[in-house]
Amino acid sequence: MTDGILIAVIVLGTIGLVAALVLYLCSKRFAVVEDPRIAQVTETLPGANCGGCGFAGCGGLADALVKGADAGSIDGLACPVGGQEVMGKVADLLGMAIANGDPMVAVVRCNGTCVLRPKIAEYHGLRTCAAMNACGAGETACGFGCLGCGDCVAACQFGAISINPETGLPEVDDEKCVACGACVKACPRNIIELRKKGPKSRRVFVSCVNKDKGPVAMKACKAACIGCGKCEKECPFGAISVENNVSYIDFTKCRLCRKCVAVCPTKAIHAVNFPAPKPKPEEPTKEKEEQA
Amino acid sequence: MKFNARTFSIGGIHPEENKLTHEVATQVAALPKQAIFPLGQHIGAPAKPVVQKGDKVKVGTMIAEANGFVSAPIYSSVSGTVLKIDTAIDATGYRKPAIIINVEGDEWEERIDRSDKLETVAAHPELTPEEIVERIKSAGVVGMGGACFPTFIKLTPPPTAKAECVIINAVECEPYITADYRLMMEHADEILVGLELLMKAAKVTKGYIGIETNKPAAIELLTRKCAEVFGTSAYQVSVVPLKQRYPQGGEKQLVDAVIGRQVPAPPAIPVNVGAIVQNVGTAFAVYEAVMKHKPLFERYTTVTGKRLQNPSNFLVRMGTPMKELIDACGGMPEGDHKLLAGGPMMGKALTSVDVPICKGTNSVTIISDDEAVRKEPQPCIRCAKCVGACPMGLEPYLLAKLAAVQNWERSEQEDVVSCIECGSCQFTCPAHRPLLDHIRLGKATVMGIIRGRAEKK
Repeated sequence: MTDGILIAVIVLGTIGLVAALVLYLCSKRFAVVEDPRIAQVTETLPGANCGGCGFAGCGGLADALVKGADAGSIDGLACPVGGQEVMGKVADLLGMAIANGDPMVAVVRCNGTCVLRPKIAEYHGLRTCAAMNACGAGETACGFGCLGCGDCVAACQFGAISINPETGLPEVDDEKCVACGACVKACPRNIIELRKKGPKSRRVFVSCVNKDKGPVAMKACKAACIGCGKCEKECPFGAISVENNVSYIDFTKCRLCRKCVAVCPTKAIHAVNFPAPKPKPEEPTKEKEEQA
Repeated sequence: MKFNARTFSIGGIHPEENKLTHEVATQVAALPKQAIFPLGQHIGAPAKPVVQKGDKVKVGTMIAEANGFVSAPIYSSVSGTVLKIDTAIDATGYRKPAIIINVEGDEWEERIDRSDKLETVAAHPELTPEEIVERIKSAGVVGMGGACFPTFIKLTPPPTAKAECVIINAVECEPYITADYRLMMEHADEILVGLELLMKAAKVTKGYIGIETNKPAAIELLTRKCAEVFGTSAYQVSVVPLKQRYPQGGEKQLVDAVIGRQVPAPPAIPVNVGAIVQNVGTAFAVYEAVMKHKPLFERYTTVTGKRLQNPSNFLVRMGTPMKELIDACGGMPEGDHKLLAGGPMMGKALTSVDVPICKGTNSVTIISDDEAVRKEPQPCIRCAKCVGACPMGLEPYLLAKLAAVQNWERSEQEDVVSCIECGSCQFTCPAHRPLLDHIRLGKATVMGIIRGRAEKK
């Protein structure tokens, strides 16, 4: 009886020892050498795995950053979620300097609210923007504007976008938006763009992407850019260009003077987060200048 | 009449027919005041305009030329002045480049033979297979069943495949539509000459005409005519009666039903199993293009709907806005309706009645009341009815789910690109799930991924 137990213990013990030895040798022989900095950088990154940097996850970016550091440059690699703060820490860790990028934010370039852009049809299919976009122009006559099904809302991992039930349009929360670009990719109509956040979140942009000619665009939506070119002429910095019947403001050149906002006949150019205009003295002179 | 009818081997459904216009003789539609010609009326590259604003055109004048190999020229269906080259809403629902012509009178190009005289192939020995293909190509003939694939390409198969027979698709399995049926009843002789031209061009001697048994008069008429025309010739042509089953008009289903061969998954096409499938409307267009020098600018179209006052079949000039045809049928009924370019199964919902009739518009269908509204989707109950109904042997519930969660890799493995978008799955789903909406998105995305991969190589 005791013999049996003893034999069992010895046999199992020997197998255990042999297996341990084999495992130990294998782990030494086939060890994968990984740069310890990759793990450190991964730890520093926020761990959202959102893909906003262009890599599959935080690990991918960390890998690229370390490789970049070895090659001598980490320009163009940035974590949109962590922003300057996290990238500063990463740069310290790798002994590199980072270029100061401007913080960006997602901007919805459509102002076709239920009032300004009336419905001409009813859609009964699958309620996603991608499906509706594949079916046709959607429920309104504008073939470029927001479809309002919220594919961008579903794509946002940070809860920064929500559909305003009154306007039927998505709104971005500047505080929560990390400019990862997931919504930009999700929007089948390329309405959302990453733009410079601007000082105190002050921005000027054309809130329309309709490429139809003026009268057609106007018929579909009262807030449409009609491509008249007034803003292009007005801009002192050459930041505005009109192409394919729609105006675009280059945010790298725009100095937020807002002259374009004043001349836009359809109020398609939006200036956000600016203080309310001072009441009397300035307004009439501006108008007079315009008339002149 | 009893037929020994065949059908395809897997899946399929049988929706209510609603062929309201079966016995309504075709009328010639009035000329429009303004005709709109979208440049992208076919599969492939949109045509390139060859006219300018202010140019005078006649009926049959080329207004846009083929732009690339897979493309087709477009001919004016009216005489008048080119108003502008602009954008217009087409059947996709979007504004696309189009030529807009103001109609003045009705002056035809002189080369077009407008007589009713039936020309036979025997009387024209100068027509070599190459000559036939060339005439079809230059006349802008495309598949008239709705897919609009340039016909001449089908007639010149790749060197890896060998054509054995031409199958004429006269199935018209889509509910409501009767344009092909009327064409068969009114122009059977021309269709058979068209078939002979197609067989000569494809260098085959076997021909089949597949017709569903809900059109007994057409089966009888064409069987009789076939015996008269081909009885003593070297061609073997037979009319094949087919059981009513949707989507029998799909190329692959038709090949299966008629000659019992299965077309493999894409990129295989019917000619890989020896069959060239052409719509009956295409056969007629081929006859007119080759024998009458008449380019493709007219077609048979059904305008139908239960609430429409006078549903009718029209011989209509392309470019005519749908509104004019609907008005000719008694006008758009009161209230909200669903307007479709095509039938209720495969048709494309439109938001404007100004969309013109194009090469592929086989019908304008107006669906009303409850039929126009989808029922509220319920959770999937795993009944697998969609699997049984799929004529391509796919698993629609799975493809829909994979597309919903954006698993493109697995979608590709599950062969989403084989989907012919017939809608049988959604039709049969007791939980009213939007299966096809998801699958279509998945198919489009996966095809994009495959194209991207091919371009990289």
